[in-house]
Amino acid sequence: MPAFKKRFNIKAKDFIHAGEASIAVQNMLKQLNVASSLIRRIAICGYEGEMNTVMHGGDGSFCVEIDTDRILLEISDDGPGIADIEKAKEKGYSTAADEYREMGFGAGMGLSNMEKNADQMIIESEPGKGTVVRMAFETGESHQKQDGT
Amino acid sequence: MKLSELAQTLEASFISGEDREDMDFDKVGAADLMSDILAALSEHGILLTGLATVQVVNTAVIAGVQAIVFVRNKQPDPGVIEMAKGHDMPMLTTKYSMFVSCGRLYSAGLTGLNGAR
Repeated sequence: MPAFKKRFNIKAKDFIHAGEASIAVQNMLKQLNVASSLIRRIAICGYEGEMNTVMHGGDGSFCVEIDTDRILLEISDDGPGIADIEKAKEKGYSTAADEYREMGFGAGMGLSNMEKNADQMIIESEPGKGTVVRMAFETGESHQKQDGT
Repeated sequence: MKLSELAQTLEASFISGEDREDMDFDKVGAADLMSDILAALSEHGILLTGLATVQVVNTAVIAGVQAIVFVRNKQPDPGVIEMAKGHDMPMLTTKYSMFVSCGRLYSAGLTGLNGAR
């Protein structure tokens, strides 16, 4: 698999197009014959990240890098940032407004779901300075993490 | 179970994807919380939901869900229907509530997304 990089823009509060980058990456990986369980994990992480950015982060970008032994996702935004990253990763912790909950999101499961499905996840954030979430997925068969609960 | 049998069991009508009524499945998940669907092993399952938003279609596509059933006669907007058609995602709507829909499908032998009964 050759190294390949693609970047998508994410717009704040654009719920109509939120998810398009993750679905595009999902289709791209299917064409590359990546294992379906790995595609699912990557798509879930991407989609939860996109929704987080659209709901909380403001404008941002979604980058995917496909290499021979791993796939990287980087979702960054110039939003308000996260004051307490460990707290934000706790299941059930959420600062989402009711309007997002009515859409079926904002229950405080996004970051924990992403951490569960990624082989590695690093969050860099400071209040007022935006957020960058980097996730790595190993493509080798010996590294296949089980998805789901 | 085939999608056509599910439609009969729930007295549901197709909104889109009627040509896929022969599709087989054996697992069902019911949720209005999309993260619950993303967190579960929802691949090759059917999603029952009371939400009819664009995020439901995206969540179903991402999670590998095979078809969406809206309960309580929910009807998505035309834009959502077009989007589902673009993803080849069958959608149905039933007059029954979430509770009754789940009960009918459970009685018909279907399992939860993790195979539990």
